[in-house]
Amino acid sequence: MAILLIVFSGFALSLLAPWLTQPLGKAAGWVFALVPVGIVAGLATYTGAIAAGETVSVSYDWISITAFDVTLSFYLDGLSLFFGLLVSGVGALIYVYGGGYLEKHHHLGRFFSYLSMFMAAMMGMVLADNLLTFYIFFELTSFASFMLIGFNHDNAGSRRSAWQALLVTKAGGLAMLIGFLLIHQVTGTMQISEIIQMGGLITGSEFYLAILLLVLGGAFTKSAQFPFYFWLPNAMKAPTPVSAYLHSATMVKAGIYVLARLHPALSGTPEWIAIVTGFGAVTMLMSAWLALQYTDMKGILAYTTVMALGLLTMMLGVGSEIAIKACMLFVLVHALYKASLFMIAGAVDHGIHERDVTKLGGLRHAMPITAGAAVLAGLSMAGLPPFFGFIGKEIVYEAALNGGVAETLLAVTSLLANIALVAGAGLLVARPFFGKPTAIAKKAHAAPVSLYIGPVVLAGLGLALGLFPGPFGELFLLPAVAAVTGEPVEFSLYLWHGFTIELAMSVVTVAAGVGLYLGWDAMRRTVAARGFERWLGTGLDRGYDHTINGILAFGKWQTRLLQNGYLRNYMTTILSVGVVLIAVSYIRGGLFAWPAEAMGPIELHEWVLSALILGSALGTILFTSRLSAIAALGIAGFSIALMYLSFGAPDLAKTQFLVETLTVILFVLVLVRLPNLKEPASRTGKARDAIIALSVGALMTLLMLAALRLPFDSNMATYYAQNTYTLGEGRNIVNTILVDFRALDTFGEIAVLLVAGFGIYALLVLGRKDDDDAPADDDPSRPDISTPVSTTETA
Amino acid sequence: MEILLAFVVGGLFAASVYLILRRNLVRLIIGIVLLSNAVNLLIFTMGRMTRGEPGFIPVGQELPPEVIANPLSQALILTAIVIGFGLLAFTLVLVYRTNKDSILVDSDDLRDEEIDPSVYHK
Repeated sequence: MAILLIVFSGFALSLLAPWLTQPLGKAAGWVFALVPVGIVAGLATYTGAIAAGETVSVSYDWISITAFDVTLSFYLDGLSLFFGLLVSGVGALIYVYGGGYLEKHHHLGRFFSYLSMFMAAMMGMVLADNLLTFYIFFELTSFASFMLIGFNHDNAGSRRSAWQALLVTKAGGLAMLIGFLLIHQVTGTMQISEIIQMGGLITGSEFYLAILLLVLGGAFTKSAQFPFYFWLPNAMKAPTPVSAYLHSATMVKAGIYVLARLHPALSGTPEWIAIVTGFGAVTMLMSAWLALQYTDMKGILAYTTVMALGLLTMMLGVGSEIAIKACMLFVLVHALYKASLFMIAGAVDHGIHERDVTKLGGLRHAMPITAGAAVLAGLSMAGLPPFFGFIGKEIVYEAALNGGVAETLLAVTSLLANIALVAGAGLLVARPFFGKPTAIAKKAHAAPVSLYIGPVVLAGLGLALGLFPGPFGELFLLPAVAAVTGEPVEFSLYLWHGFTIELAMSVVTVAAGVGLYLGWDAMRRTVAARGFERWLGTGLDRGYDHTINGILAFGKWQTRLLQNGYLRNYMTTILSVGVVLIAVSYIRGGLFAWPAEAMGPIELHEWVLSALILGSALGTILFTSRLSAIAALGIAGFSIALMYLSFGAPDLAKTQFLVETLTVILFVLVLVRLPNLKEPASRTGKARDAIIALSVGALMTLLMLAALRLPFDSNMATYYAQNTYTLGEGRNIVNTILVDFRALDTFGEIAVLLVAGFGIYALLVLGRKDDDDAPADDDPSRPDISTPVSTTETA
Repeated sequence: MEILLAFVVGGLFAASVYLILRRNLVRLIIGIVLLSNAVNLLIFTMGRMTRGEPGFIPVGQELPPEVIANPLSQALILTAIVIGFGLLAFTLVLVYRTNKDSILVDSDDLRDEEIDPSVYHK
């Protein structure tokens, strides 16, 4: 029950927030933050049990179908607790920050609503135990982030970014769904807690590679890995509180969470190590250096986030215990400094509407508290002791050196990426806050408490955890790592490891990073750097545009082709496809045979009538004069009536005579007002139509011949015939069927005629704008057209 | 006999499909009339055919003679003929009305008119 509350309180807040924001005024953010604080408190009560190696699971029946059950089941272990606390903890600060940042925004209530939906979806996702439940929450995070990224919906750039993020992550999500279904196919269960116990089953199955690629499709798009990363920098169009939340602690970590969650079941194979490590390393190195091509603080933050995601992916790919430890640790390290720096960038932007680091400097005088938090966060990002980031970086180096996977390559890659990260930290902190004061920076003023409390708490936590990492390691990191590796682990966290090779790498990192920071202005302008930016920074984004435009152009082309609005083209398509499909089954079913018994003797007048029907049908096609065509149509109708008459159907014949007479009269009346039967079709067009027409005719004949061979079931007819007098008290069997046995059908028929009559009346009499000067009485066809309808009802 | 009518029905179908594929709306309507005749005749044939012997119960008896024409298919066709006529009347008036408002009896022009009405309106 407590877990349900943890997941669904956010959804409840999402519904209530729009109504509560206005009355609460400035306090709204602070009040709403109580919900995530409550979630943190609720989760914290499980800490002891989880650290002792226990797990908690609850399950409620939800959707039960024959193939599998979708249960509303949740599973709490070290990994989900760790991520759950991260999501709700950072979330609480974001509520406060967002309330301050968007204080005067007229859609603040909407913002809180989306934010709550997003947080609740994240909570549901990290706690979900059922793969489909997991998928639903996973997709809900995509949807909520679409709303959040496009929050400034009157800005075309925001809309495009939101749309792009949605399309990219949804495409991956769909791939992942197929992967999940394949996992179910292999394991026979949807429960994640059971699947992660059966590692060898999946890695040994024939579907393994497909499952791996499909799940990675979901994880890589969500976590912005190469080559899908381009949506993340574009998503910086979102208001900064959104970026701080989505891109530091939550949404982009969802992909990492997928990989970590399924790590016990999918990892360890050569394919996993090669693909996950490889893509992670490429993403990390590329984005760390791309970050240095930007001057916008949020641009730098976006690419260093991609770098962090690459690092996490790489570590999950390596998959050894130390690598998983590095991964989990870095998740928190990154969330702490990145959320702070995002909020700091937002505070600067909020104060002076400028985020370009080349135009900022000396902000420490006007914004001392923000500057203090920035220093703490920046030092953690750069990985200097005694900050948490230092521990993180040391363990990453250790993992790269001892991971058992391409050690030298990974170590050098990590080193290069971290050098760029140090320079990035300098750009984000040293330059705006300590550089030479610029004109625009002089307008700065101190940020309100709501805008600095978040950075202060998170950056302070980065220092505190650096100094005293022990309790965190035991209570949270150990269980999380154990959940990812699938077996119990034992280690302790220390700030100081002694003089090791990792320490030497750290010294090199910091020294080179500072050098890079100092030479940044010159480096940024080199041709190589610009080319790098043009290809990898915006190149894929352009590729995305080409893809989308291509899909749209294809859609337009095929719509014009198929939905061209020309009636005869539709008819041609429908009839040709129908003929081909039916003919194929006809031939494959071997349906043809000559129904010799249905031949019987044919009398002369029957030959004559058949010839008349066919001949006059041909006449309707060949005659160019309107009257001749109508006359031919009449002859066909009357011949059919005579055919009815000679085969014991006088009622049919009578009706057909009446209707056919009226038809001819009606045609003649209307046709005198229409142009002649000129036909603009070309010779080839006519030939093509003739082929289609003959195929349809031939097929109908063949179908009838096939059906005639089947035994005839006359039960229904016999029933009516024998009960007409006893039940219906009539002597004409056909009439009794119509008005008694199947009276409802006849009632429907009369209703159809009535509606047709109304329609005709409306067409002829109503809605005629030009009738004012032309009285309807001079229209000779009108009374004649509407009266026959009522007469035929008696037929 | 049914075999002969299978060919007649096939011919009627071919003729009506050819007419429905024409651009001239009057031909199209003639095609629809032929099509409903073809379908009716198809039902009639598939109900199997009996010469003479309409389905009447003679006065003074409760049961019809041993051999009668199938009354069920006749009842179905009777309904279909009347509804087919309703459809025809409506379609004819629709074409008539279209022609009165603009200068169209060509289904291609109808489509083009939707895109640019000014060209075809009287």
